[in-house]
Amino acid sequence: MKKAIIAKKVGMTQVFDSEGEMVPVTVLEAGPCKVVQVKSLATDGYDAVQVAFAPQKESRLTKPLLGHFAKAGVEPMRKLKEFKLEGEFKPGDELTAALFEEGDRVDAHGKSKGKGFSGSVKRHNQHRGPMAHGSKFHRAPGSHGGSSDPSRVMKGKKLPGHMGSENCTVANLKVVRVDAENNMILLKGCVPGSNGSIITLTDAKKVVK
Amino acid sequence: MDLIKLAEQGSIKEGIPEFAVGDTLKVHVKVVENKKERIQIFEGTVIKRQNGGSKENFTVRKLSSGIGVERTFPLNSPRIDKIEVIRRGKVRRAKLYYLRDKVGKATKVKEKARTQK
Repeated sequence: MKKAIIAKKVGMTQVFDSEGEMVPVTVLEAGPCKVVQVKSLATDGYDAVQVAFAPQKESRLTKPLLGHFAKAGVEPMRKLKEFKLEGEFKPGDELTAALFEEGDRVDAHGKSKGKGFSGSVKRHNQHRGPMAHGSKFHRAPGSHGGSSDPSRVMKGKKLPGHMGSENCTVANLKVVRVDAENNMILLKGCVPGSNGSIITLTDAKKVVK
Repeated sequence: MDLIKLAEQGSIKEGIPEFAVGDTLKVHVKVVENKKERIQIFEGTVIKRQNGGSKENFTVRKLSSGIGVERTFPLNSPRIDKIEVIRRGKVRRAKLYYLRDKVGKATKVKEKARTQK
């Protein structure tokens, strides 16, 4: 991984590119992130950089966490994440939106919006039955499978259940604009979660043009 | 500062004439054909104006050989060369969808009386 940053989803809007084409964009408040700990193969068993984002009141954090921030000399923050970044880092280093450039491809990781307990039509894109003309089959999941054989419900049968509020990645998003001064990144397209949710950006694993 | 406003800043045009629903406009649209650019004029009544910021758009309706044609333009689009206000209309609604059901003279929006200075 070459670059990564933690960001907050601010919302969506649209801008016009140089050709006059309308581009739907997500506005992200990206960074500034502070390096809190540098993990190494010798001491921790693996190499990683621990990064913090979004300053937080001291009273909202536990004592052990406050100690952890104090050791790095970083103000207490809301979110801690580890990235396997290449290059040299030391506690207190800053990661800003300037890491990314216009035209870069990134993956956005976040938590999708919670949909609660959802039926199989919404959750698995199954079709619904006719709503009228005497039909009594509307949005139910339908058959669970065979009767005496196999006499059980097959594993993985698509049924209603909890939907959303799970980790989700939207891959290969194009960076439309970077404004490092205002910690702003514009991505073409949408990212998981509601406005205000935490998103991590990493360089795209697979770049598909 | 509000980051959304900041993001939209470069996409908001200046010098757009003031116009409202019911007005008659001439919209000069840049059309690219065979790598050549030319201007096409779409003239009609504004029946809708919605959203704000860089997302603002408006719909113009005209009758073209008896058939109603509606076109929606993004207000801030760089592809719009110029907007000319031909006539100010007097209307009592924000959306003039009722014009779609009208034929002939009934499709005409009354002109706004000029206010005395």
